Amino acid sequence: MALTATARDVLEGAFMPLWVRGEVSDFKAHRNGHWYFCLRDQDAQLKCVAWRDRRRIPAPPDDGMQIVALGQLTIYPGRGEMRFSVTRMQAEGDGLWRKALELTRARLQADGLLDPARKRNIPRHPRRIAVITSRDGAALRDIFAVVQRRCPSVEVVLVPAAVQGDSAPESLCYALDQVARWRGADVLIIGRGGGGREDLWAFNDERVARALAECPIPSISAVGHEIDISICDLVADLRAPTPSAAAEAAVPVQAALRERLRMSAAAMAALTSNRVARARASAGDAGRRLADDAARRIERARLELESAGGRLNALSPLATLDRGYAIVRMRDRQTVRSVGVLEPGTALDIRFRDGVARATVDGVEPNEAPSMDSASFPQEQQ
Amino acid sequence: MSFETSLERLEEIAARLEEDELDLDAALALFEEGIAELRAASNFLAQAETRLKQLNEAADGVFRIDDLRA
Repeated sequence: MALTATARDVLEGAFMPLWVRGEVSDFKAHRNGHWYFCLRDQDAQLKCVAWRDRRRIPAPPDDGMQIVALGQLTIYPGRGEMRFSVTRMQAEGDGLWRKALELTRARLQADGLLDPARKRNIPRHPRRIAVITSRDGAALRDIFAVVQRRCPSVEVVLVPAAVQGDSAPESLCYALDQVARWRGADVLIIGRGGGGREDLWAFNDERVARALAECPIPSISAVGHEIDISICDLVADLRAPTPSAAAEAAVPVQAALRERLRMSAAAMAALTSNRVARARASAGDAGRRLADDAARRIERARLELESAGGRLNALSPLATLDRGYAIVRMRDRQTVRSVGVLEPGTALDIRFRDGVARATVDGVEPNEAPSMDSASFPQEQQ
Repeated sequence: MSFETSLERLEEIAARLEEDELDLDAALALFEEGIAELRAASNFLAQAETRLKQLNEAADGVFRIDDLRA
């Protein structure tokens, strides 16, 4: 019976795909994955089907939802009934997107993937950060610019992926899998610059979220949107509002590292110098010989460091080793590194190369802008 | 050896050196170790240009990182 098939062809020829507005009723999701429902208004109703493999709809609508649906009017020859074959759908107030988000979120929650206890700390001094984003997007350029400004020692490794379009979820999952198998990075940034809701949708994909949750290195999500939180944001160890902010969270300021290094090198030099000086003062000729040996070892280490070309202010305290230092301690033997711990009347032991002076603080005058430079250890004794 | 490990070890060494009981030889050994850590850490900081790379995977699953110029 070719009649219904011919009628279908006539109907499909007469109507282009079109958008229809109405209220959803009698929604059924069949076991085979297809959706069946009615669209109605006051005067009419239209039977609809959304085939599993043809629809691009974030979540099934609920009965009573006001929607607009894009579809093709057709006849179902097997039943001789008219159907509206729906491929896309929008609900008022982004209802379907929200619903899809909530469904995914609930499934991840049930599996414990959103548990705050899963969140790992972002390493403070990464050597290398992996960035999953598109090769040509603004996100990569923004991240690179921040790293270059804050800490150029850190290497940025792009793991390219499509960040929008139908292939994006699969592409992101593949990149996450590569990062997991490679294991060469200390931290991961995954994201993209801003875009519309559909552009960002891949970051709400459940497969992507699960792959991110399995990532063996700490992750920062940077999906460039302002208000909404993406599913990846919930799963990542840290959420950053933009790719630039993610880079700032991932990378320390180099000047602070340099200062911390300089401080500990200075402390080490001072303490060693002090220890050698005490040996020299202790036991006559034997002490002097010991101390001279020690001074040679120190000098050798210092030269080795210099020849390595470490461009580091830390060299200066090493160079002044022979000038001697005093170490200031509280009575509980805590070394004083900052005037912040002192107040008038605090009792101190000041250890010189040849003995200890017992002292009391008369007054404390912190620098106006406290910095690590002003932390009072070690104090040079001129 | 990562920068973080070096820095932490250096701070640990400085703390150890504060112990009065430490004999001179042990103190010097710590100092020399500290110099080595200092050297490693300062080499890391000496890098002045951020390197931008791309991860590439060969068919046999071996990863390579290649230069990428923006």
